[in-house]
Amino acid sequence: MNPWLHAVLYSLVLVTVLMTCTAYATWLERKVAGRMQSRLGPTRVGFAGLLQPIADALKLLQKEDIVPLAADRALFNLAPPLTVFFALATAAVIPFSPGLLASDLDIGALYVLALSGLMVFPVWIGSWASNNKYALLGGMRAVAQGISYEIPLLLSVTIVILMADTMSLSGIVQVQADEGWFIARPFGLGLATFALFFVAALAEGNRIPFDTPEAESELVAGPTTEYTGMKFGLFYMAEYLHSIIVAGLGAALFLGGWDGPIAPGLHWMVLKTLGLWMVMLWARWTFLRFRTDQMMTLCWRYLVPASLGLLMAAAVWVHAVHGVS
Amino acid sequence: MTLERPDRADPYLDLDEYEPEADLMVLNFGPQHPSTHGVFRVVMYLDGETIVKAVPYAGYLHRGVEKLCEKLTYAQITPIVDKNDYVAPMFNEQAVNMAFEALTGTEVPIRAQYIRTIVGEIQRVASHLLWLGTFAMDLGGAIGGGTSVFMWCFREREMILDLFEHLTGCRFHYNTHTLGGNRHDIPAGWAEKVHATLGHIAQRVDEYEAILDHPIFKARTEGVGVISAQLALDLGLTGPLLRASGVDHDLRRDAPYNIYDQLDVQVMTDTGGDCAARYRVRVREMRESIRIARALVDNVPPGPICGTKPIKLPVQTRVKDGQVYVALETPRGELGTYVIGGGDNRNASPYRLKIRPPSLHALSALPYVLPGHGVSDAVAILGSLDPIMGEADR
Repeated sequence: MNPWLHAVLYSLVLVTVLMTCTAYATWLERKVAGRMQSRLGPTRVGFAGLLQPIADALKLLQKEDIVPLAADRALFNLAPPLTVFFALATAAVIPFSPGLLASDLDIGALYVLALSGLMVFPVWIGSWASNNKYALLGGMRAVAQGISYEIPLLLSVTIVILMADTMSLSGIVQVQADEGWFIARPFGLGLATFALFFVAALAEGNRIPFDTPEAESELVAGPTTEYTGMKFGLFYMAEYLHSIIVAGLGAALFLGGWDGPIAPGLHWMVLKTLGLWMVMLWARWTFLRFRTDQMMTLCWRYLVPASLGLLMAAAVWVHAVHGVS
Repeated sequence: MTLERPDRADPYLDLDEYEPEADLMVLNFGPQHPSTHGVFRVVMYLDGETIVKAVPYAGYLHRGVEKLCEKLTYAQITPIVDKNDYVAPMFNEQAVNMAFEALTGTEVPIRAQYIRTIVGEIQRVASHLLWLGTFAMDLGGAIGGGTSVFMWCFREREMILDLFEHLTGCRFHYNTHTLGGNRHDIPAGWAEKVHATLGHIAQRVDEYEAILDHPIFKARTEGVGVISAQLALDLGLTGPLLRASGVDHDLRRDAPYNIYDQLDVQVMTDTGGDCAARYRVRVREMRESIRIARALVDNVPPGPICGTKPIKLPVQTRVKDGQVYVALETPRGELGTYVIGGGDNRNASPYRLKIRPPSLHALSALPYVLPGHGVSDAVAILGSLDPIMGEADR
């Protein structure tokens, strides 16, 4: 097939599927959170509340769209679609099964990290353009946190790249299918790297316990304070998309992606992504929130040195196993 | 700029050294804010995220309760003051009725005193449970782990409301205390229900303590919002706030009312005076209250529950003059009621009624404690003070 046609068709399917997944991720999260809190979660719209995401979207679309008088109108309107765009674009290189990915970039891992690093921009643009003090504080926290945690995230992925000797995500998964999952690498190397990646990814995606930018109890809604209706919905959607994609990335980088016995690759990939996502959810509904300065301390004093040490250990290990190439 | 955290920050810090436009951001925290526990406003002067000066403004929930009481008879006042501390209504009605009893010289039967003590202790558990839930929500966000603790605490609090519904017919604004005693006698089977509920809650409190015993909670509370014993005494803080600062003071033991003089009340104190200490004190108090209530509920002596005949109340309460101050230990501290008798309504209403709300005194600590902390800590500190605005603003 023509590669351009493939890319366009596949992207359409991927966006549709991901959007649906995002919508139902909110349903699942509300159900699970409800059970954790001895509630039922949504039950009213449709069977077991299954139509709740649609009702939510309709509600958000109906809401009045308020732009504050003092806001920078152009930037204010630019931020929400931009954040969804960056979140969706990341999905292009996630390998769902051996042949199922939009684009098998040679620098897939780098591309994902670059785009998720760009996620900081729309948040900052939105918070600055809102001309609201809570939004400003939230935006400052988001930028500080996003940039800081980018470093351990990048370093942990670098370790994977080092072990796999390729930057292509499908290549990384293939290496794991051949040699065993990275999480199971000896001396706890893989597990430690995975833990590092997971913590950094949680923080980079502003998930509890690292959700200081949003911090409802402190900053009302952080960067999205002034956003109403579907613009807020887009931010919300981007957050969920990002968390799902980060879970997918974790599955591809450390848990062998589509590799697994009996069932087809796609099943395994979906299962692993869902599993990781549920762990994020579990953390979210259990933990309290760090303070911004404590998060910075955690990052710069512990995670960055730890990831540098791990990188060196991984280099030594790769050298010992493969020799100088 | 680095700001030291002195023991006593000057709340009237001269801001002239700053050019407000250039250096400081003025953040109007409240009255419409998720974490102000009602309608409360703090104007914070922020240097980056560090609070340089904080000016609290109370009064957004002022309803003129004290003035209203001057027009009502003693019997009518009870349900009105229920709404003051809407987290622990039992104490409000008990406070005003104790004051009226002292004013009129009404004897309270021993059985009524037992019932008052028991419902008070159970109410204390409910109030502290609600505090624990909201405090966790302040620390953990409305969408996240904090909400889980909040929901769990409310689940247990709901069981206590069921107990009160069984006793009084009302879940919240009970109107069960009256001049000279109580309106509602203990129904059959209530004691067993109290044992079952409180036993269950005691287990749950252990669970909450276990789940909150993790590094994030400690990092967010330890050393945050330290109130020294001297500052606490100077500001008139009472209750768990004072005890968390290391002052061994509890009206139930030091100025006993009801039957507290016959009880051995363990006063829970802690050192440190930070949010963690206040948390520990309240959790221990929950256990102590559960112990007291369970010990008393089986030993309620028989007898009448009210020393007055309700139908003749205005006649019995005719008081020309005289004044009285009565204080009791609520979950938030010393709730004082000062009454001058001899008002309108054929002398059946007070001339003046003044309520001393512990929450208002607690809030007065904010200008001293907040400077030097960040916005996140401000939320934790405000939550740890356990202010109820209905009571502070009256």
